[in-house]
Amino acid sequence: MSVSTQRRQFLKQSLLGTAGLIIGVKTAGAGNELVKIFAEDLMTEINPFVLIDAMGKITLVNSRPDMGQGSHQAVSSLIAEELEVRLDQIQVISSDGRAKYGDQSSGGSSTVRGLWTNLRQAGAAAKEMLMQAAANKWNTTPDRCHADDGIVYLTGTDKKMTYGALAAEAAKLEIPKNPKLKDPKEFKILGKYHKRLDIPSKVLGSAVYGIDVVVPGMLYATTLHAPSVQGKLISFDDAAAKMVPGVKNIIKTKHEYPGGTTDALAIVASNYWSALKASKLITCHWEEGDLTTTLDTNFYFKEAYNAAEKEGIRAEEDGDFNAFYAASDKKLESTYETPFLAHAAIEPVNTTAHVKEDGSVEVWAPIQGPDGAVEETAKFLNIASDKVIMHSELLGGSFGRKAYMDFMKEAIDISRQVKAPVKLIWSREEDMTQGPFRPAMLSKMRGVIGENNRLAALSHHAIGESIQGQHWNSIMPYQADNWLSGELSKENHKYGFRVHHLSYSRIKTPIPILWWRSVYASNFAWGQECFIDEMAQKAGIDPIEARRQLLSRSPRDLKVLEKIAELNKANPLPTGHARGMAMFRSFETMGAALVEITKTNDVIKIVKVYSVLDCGQYVNPDNVKAQTEGNIAMGLSAAVKGGITFTQGKCDQTNYHQYQVMRISEMPQVEIHIIENLEKPGGVGEPGLPPIAPALGNAIFNLTKKRWYKLPIDLSTV
Amino acid sequence: MATYNLTVNGQRHKVDAEEDMPLLWVIRDLIGLKGTKYGCGLAQCGACTIHIDGTPMRSCQLPISALKKKQKITTIEGIGTPELMHAVQEAWVEEQVPQCGYCQSGQIMSAVALLADNPRPSDQDIDTYMSGNICRCGTYDRIRKAIHRASDRTEAKPMGTH
Repeated sequence: MSVSTQRRQFLKQSLLGTAGLIIGVKTAGAGNELVKIFAEDLMTEINPFVLIDAMGKITLVNSRPDMGQGSHQAVSSLIAEELEVRLDQIQVISSDGRAKYGDQSSGGSSTVRGLWTNLRQAGAAAKEMLMQAAANKWNTTPDRCHADDGIVYLTGTDKKMTYGALAAEAAKLEIPKNPKLKDPKEFKILGKYHKRLDIPSKVLGSAVYGIDVVVPGMLYATTLHAPSVQGKLISFDDAAAKMVPGVKNIIKTKHEYPGGTTDALAIVASNYWSALKASKLITCHWEEGDLTTTLDTNFYFKEAYNAAEKEGIRAEEDGDFNAFYAASDKKLESTYETPFLAHAAIEPVNTTAHVKEDGSVEVWAPIQGPDGAVEETAKFLNIASDKVIMHSELLGGSFGRKAYMDFMKEAIDISRQVKAPVKLIWSREEDMTQGPFRPAMLSKMRGVIGENNRLAALSHHAIGESIQGQHWNSIMPYQADNWLSGELSKENHKYGFRVHHLSYSRIKTPIPILWWRSVYASNFAWGQECFIDEMAQKAGIDPIEARRQLLSRSPRDLKVLEKIAELNKANPLPTGHARGMAMFRSFETMGAALVEITKTNDVIKIVKVYSVLDCGQYVNPDNVKAQTEGNIAMGLSAAVKGGITFTQGKCDQTNYHQYQVMRISEMPQVEIHIIENLEKPGGVGEPGLPPIAPALGNAIFNLTKKRWYKLPIDLSTV
Repeated sequence: MATYNLTVNGQRHKVDAEEDMPLLWVIRDLIGLKGTKYGCGLAQCGACTIHIDGTPMRSCQLPISALKKKQKITTIEGIGTPELMHAVQEAWVEEQVPQCGYCQSGQIMSAVALLADNPRPSDQDIDTYMSGNICRCGTYDRIRKAIHRASDRTEAKPMGTH
């Protein structure tokens, strides 16, 4: 399909959002025909990630949806550094799920560490092709040329050519398989402070999030789900709802939850307010069955505490812990508890979808992976992947929630039924009460203090539901969940206990669960790090010294610990204040925290948090700090604010007045330190979170001599 | 259903709406300005904050019929432009405040109103005034710094009107 020059100009000027576009093109005599135009139809594609138009404008493709963690900037920086262009010379568009962009899932703090080499290679390969094209033009070889800021120079002469002028020729050349990467000493972008390109639109209110997408002719919808999540819809009374002006349809749709599918009720209207208002006037009768018993947090914890009294499934063993424990007279046992938590991103889940007459579908969704979204959409509609056009939209926060695409499929089904584009937005109430949630977990800890008061043995019995088990039924009854054991293994924490034991008990529950920021690390750092302090107390040694002894063979982790010790010493502790620390490795990064508190009018006040991160090489130091600041806020929310509870088949928290999160008035001062080294990149989006709650718990003990075992901590009753 | 005449960011709009339609949805879906956000619908999160005659209000709980004639509505789009940002917006960029950015329209609207009311707020003043705006990404420390920065910058000249 040829695209006229005029149309090309218009498209270039309009904001390119994703790598796949769709426009209406008037064909001769036949009226409007919708055709799919890819970004590479408008510009020259040097490789999937680097596109250059005839004017020389450089477009880079971000293959990892940005949910605030800064992938828009980070991914483009990896490419731009090696491509030898400045950040102000580029525009960035999102990938659209097609296979040529590789793995497009953001999550697991995996973007920079996963793409560090591949995307630098993409940038370097494109640069080498452009240099080769210039060398060909000048009848010379690339080693006589150099590239800088989007221009290739014949070194030592005044001959130069822009990337724009070279693009067409460069695109014809073979892509180098092993392009040369820069030495970190030469970096201009990576590792340096640069302002984020996506920030201006976010302060002007012009950034378009999934919830903001407008499609001509679209209807608005909201859905109601069973309070018990899995309940079946028996009947509903929509007489009053139908009377609301603007309401067009009230129809049944399907709702997927981990491990199954059930009904939901969709209200479709000409504007969102009408749909929302009507939804509140509907009475639904759901069949709950025994969910009124089992969908209950007390029920779950009762089963969990029972399991804590028994042996778990062994995941890892170094020496015979039980024998050692039985034979020892200096030992300790404690059980730590963490609650269910909601993601509660300020943008509720939503999707705009248009199932067309020819059976193809166009989707605009704020999701954590357009490739997975395309696959799931194709499967859901039973169509080929190339019949799916996916627009990867900006996310107003996610923290893991928008990687589960139940809401996207609802929107698609509703559109299919009403034969029109539909924007589905879950109300805050549905977003909060339906989850899925971070699971509640117990850590049954046991430890032995050995000779010379050294911490000699540790057993961590992790208890709770399994994400893999609940979603994919992939955990056998005799298996320990390996995601979980990975977080708690000796290989992860590197503590040199002489005897070490890790075990797991699964507690099956209908309460739907999901990965949440830092996943299981957010639960288990609480048990591990508070218990090490407990053991240090019993041994009569300083908690930092106890860890120093245990980390004697792990220099990198020792460095993080020593930084915490240095910060503690360098900042004199005011009278009436106390500090506590914790450290936890997740996503290949060691995060540590030092929390300072005091007590004012019988209420604990969190005064300051020092965070130390060893994440190896990074893209933007300011973004590493920003992510860590965010992790401090969310880690504190997880520590001191009420969790999600279910009572007899219903979620007790419906909105932010009942499910509270940190507010600015509660935010302590923060100070972030990044350990500088040239190690391979580790995760940045999540590792700052796990040490926060235990550092606070340990600080509270140091101030009050009272040990907290269950989160949330009520700061007014300490 | 009734017809309403509104002035939003200095422009007049005529809309047909139900009396109880919150201003949030009038602005977003009838007028088409998407910068003001839906977060909770219960005035708990502050993402929907706009100004009525300069006073910050949670538009999710403000029915269109409650507006008086001649009241001026300002949304984030009326605070500044790419060519001429408000001092608060510039401070937000200098401090690199936003992460996902979804709550920031509301944060900025509250901060602009705070500084109009109290040009030299203390940390305590900021905490009190801004605690109706939730940020789930945790940008609070930078919000405080940005408000101080904007306050330092605008001390020498009067606050711009909307």
